Amino acid sequence: MTEDPFEAIKATFFQECEELLADLEAGLLALENGEGDDETINAVFRAVHSVKGGAGAFGMEALVRFAHVFETLMDELRAGRKPCDDATIKTLLRASDVLNDHVAAARGAGAPVDEARSAGLVAELEALTHGDAAPAASAAAPEADEDEFGFKPVQFDPMDLAPAAAPATSGGGDWRIVFQPNAALYAKANDAGLLLRELSRLGEATVEIDASGVPMLDVLEPEEGCLSWTIRLPGAVDEAAIREVFEFVDGDCDLAILRDEAEAPPVEFVAAPVAAPAPDLDITALLAAAQAQVQAPAEPAAPAPEPAPVIAAPAAEAKAPPAAPETAANAPVAQAPVTIRVDLDRVDRLINLVGELVIQQAVLAQRVSETAMIRATGVGQGLEDLELLTREIQDSVMAIRAQPVKSVFQRMPRLVREVAQMTGKQVRLVTEGEATEVDKTVVERLAEPITHMLRNAIDHGLEKPDKRVAAGKSAEGQVRLAALHRSGRIVIEISDDGAGINRERVLGIAVEKGLVEPDTQLSDEQIDNLIFMPGFSTAETISDVSGRGVGMDVVKRSIQSLGGRISITSKPGEGSTFTMSLPLTLAVLDGMVVSSAEQTLVAPLAAIVESLTPRAEDIHLVGGHTPVIRFRDEFVPLVDVAATLGFGIGPEPASTGVALIVEAEGGAKAALLVDAIQGQRQVVIKSLETNYQAIDGVAAATILGDGRVALILDIDALVSNTRRSVRKPDLKLAS
Amino acid sequence: MTEANIQTGARRELIAFRIGEQEFCVDIMAVREIRGWTPATPLPRTPGYMKGVINLRGAVLPIIDLSGRFGLGVTEPNARHVIMVVHIRDRTIGLLVDAVSDILQLTDDQVQPTPDVAADEVKAFVKGIFAIDGRMISLIALDRILPTEPEAEAA
Amino acid sequence: MKTVLTVDDSRTMRDMLMMALKDAGYHVIQAEDGVHGLETLKAHGADVVITDINMPRMDGFGFIEGMRADPDYRGTPVLVLTTESDAAKKQRARDAGATGWIVKPFDPVKLVDAVRRVAA
Repeated sequence: MTEDPFEAIKATFFQECEELLADLEAGLLALENGEGDDETINAVFRAVHSVKGGAGAFGMEALVRFAHVFETLMDELRAGRKPCDDATIKTLLRASDVLNDHVAAARGAGAPVDEARSAGLVAELEALTHGDAAPAASAAAPEADEDEFGFKPVQFDPMDLAPAAAPATSGGGDWRIVFQPNAALYAKANDAGLLLRELSRLGEATVEIDASGVPMLDVLEPEEGCLSWTIRLPGAVDEAAIREVFEFVDGDCDLAILRDEAEAPPVEFVAAPVAAPAPDLDITALLAAAQAQVQAPAEPAAPAPEPAPVIAAPAAEAKAPPAAPETAANAPVAQAPVTIRVDLDRVDRLINLVGELVIQQAVLAQRVSETAMIRATGVGQGLEDLELLTREIQDSVMAIRAQPVKSVFQRMPRLVREVAQMTGKQVRLVTEGEATEVDKTVVERLAEPITHMLRNAIDHGLEKPDKRVAAGKSAEGQVRLAALHRSGRIVIEISDDGAGINRERVLGIAVEKGLVEPDTQLSDEQIDNLIFMPGFSTAETISDVSGRGVGMDVVKRSIQSLGGRISITSKPGEGSTFTMSLPLTLAVLDGMVVSSAEQTLVAPLAAIVESLTPRAEDIHLVGGHTPVIRFRDEFVPLVDVAATLGFGIGPEPASTGVALIVEAEGGAKAALLVDAIQGQRQVVIKSLETNYQAIDGVAAATILGDGRVALILDIDALVSNTRRSVRKPDLKLAS
Repeated sequence: MTEANIQTGARRELIAFRIGEQEFCVDIMAVREIRGWTPATPLPRTPGYMKGVINLRGAVLPIIDLSGRFGLGVTEPNARHVIMVVHIRDRTIGLLVDAVSDILQLTDDQVQPTPDVAADEVKAFVKGIFAIDGRMISLIALDRILPTEPEAEAA
Repeated sequence: MKTVLTVDDSRTMRDMLMMALKDAGYHVIQAEDGVHGLETLKAHGADVVITDINMPRMDGFGFIEGMRADPDYRGTPVLVLTTESDAAKKQRARDAGATGWIVKPFDPVKLVDAVRRVAA
């Protein structure tokens, strides 16, 4: 939190910009899909307008200039003076990308704006605004005039707020101000008394009141103006300052500002139009009407036809929403969800505390169970209730940090546009399940794998337009990005309607790279999954789009490091679907608790394929010393966990031990030999690096029900250590 | 602590503790709490003075056996041993010592350079010596206690 | 202490108004659009209202007309806050019953001047 309130507001502004830009893009995409209406155009206008407004206040000139051009075109569109056609929307989408860049640049968070691109879009936007098809009206009545450019950075200095009544030059005799308010002045809640007070702040004022205009009581209209004042001010007072006092009532009063030395000309007051009082209306009815329907544009209050006081003017009646009583009855007030903003640190602290509470509760339960108090005293029931309550608190607290995947999904349309442009393909992105919630830490880490998979889907999955047409498909390919919850995990699906995996080619590459033996018989599914093998993708097979040196093996690995899984299904000619599933939070892990050499350890469940009790005949020694175990049709290395971690010697494999068959990065399997399995359990992940440092073979720690620390095994490191290729553990932790 | 600071007579509070027959002290501002020994979970492939990690109210706290760290012999801890929880840079560490003996109020000008008689291994962790009432108390440079990354990997 | 209700869909703008007005000794309450503004007014009342024009659900014009149609708030001064300084918008706001206006980006001194000019 910054101390400076101005900086704090600036931070708010950028935060708000993110939301506005997201709304902006969502609106434009809705328009592109033909789902938008006038209100969508309005919302887009408002988003650009608000970005501009805030940017102006902070003196972000480049951003203001770009937003202004953007806004001007949006204003034309919402007024219906320019058509909102496909070409325009495409330009607006690109303009929103550049607006994003401008905001990032103003924030100091992004690369400098590509000036050429920005200028190009300004030209495009202006061409659309002032295009040939412009009806005469647009030239005649530009709604947003250039005056708006006169922004000035706001300097908040409390000292500035002291009254600034500095008389300028003395320019002659005293001022004589004759002021007669009309009814309209009062109708707009202006107050003649306050204006007189403001005048008296400018200098020593004398005020005379003329009540001769007050009519007889029987015709007195309370809101009618019938008094007039004459105010005298020293000649040193600036005329502009006097006029400023009357700025808001210009037209609602008769005003003469005169120098006294000049002979006062006879002041002639013209009878002013009398505004009729509005009919009494209940706000509740009005609210209901407003919520039931978009507020009809207000009509200017027409002056009443007669100068005499009237009871109720037709113009005023016309303004009242006609169906107010009905809608009040039929439309319940739509409540927007009430939200508060909380520092993430506070939430994290709460989550940590609840984590400790869960542990303490488990410790307590275990201690009590050791003392045989349970049956005698009803303590057991109390403990059970406490456990339920604790779990509920934990779930509720975790829900605070849950966020919809929308924030990640929203970044994808731009990526898709850019990749489509680079690859010369036509792509339509369809997203589903944006509201699916997952822990904030997971949301943040979804972006990278989704980005890679989308690039891959467009670059490798979709065909070029001519090929698609030749195959009898539409020239425009479709990529679908969907999120859903399934059995306590979040599932992300990315599917394309492209050509599907070319299995012959994939197998060919795999054989060529020595990943599989030439005579291996593989199922279709096995061939499809070859693309996840390390070394499958190389610089040759990756274009610069999906490229950046990242193959699907890296995507798979990063998903696995989050405790996730990924798979692919494909149908030739119809397309492919990548499915990845991830835990809903990175703060907890589904683990298998095992014991090894008197230590309690946790193996991530996501990596475990199967557990089995090895039989002597399944174990073989390769080269006389490296033990392997037969698992289904393959031999996998047998890893003595206790020995590998230096805790001692593990069990005799064939007699007492248990083997966990695990799958590490790249699909390499191993059998982890431990003494016994204690059971499955969800554990809270605690980083070792917070207070110490990373340890090879250990991914993290956790605290078990007995209050002791247990280590979480780093499966990838254990397996790769066995293969004598030391790799850094890559499980990054949430806490 | 710079040399300039040591020259001045600024008052400071120190916690003194024992390892075997020797007395050491650390700045009281670095000490968060003092607790009894609880069994630690050993960490694989760490130096002998790394006793493992314990649960300190939900945090995973590494325990360093100072005697082992100073080359004065590995401690076989029991319930009478004490863990001083200290803050070193941005980490919280438990230091296993025999007993906490005293709280001292001293000024920096009472610090003397480390004499040559001290064992070389201990000397590497000592910033200076206080002599009070015939006792010799070594002021420990806490930031040298943590193992450096290469050392831990080599071990 | 006088209460100012600010109605603006932009959090940034609401915060800026809040800061300038609090410094000048006003109590500030906030609403996010015209509908919310009328609700807030009904629930808490206000001595002065400052409203944006472009807002979702109910714009500034609708909001002012709503105020003016309710006898309780017919006499409450309303300042319109907008970047649109052209005559058409200003006139439309006046027609709806606006007491005065503030041109964005506003200068805190002018803002407080304007509030003082309309607030008893």
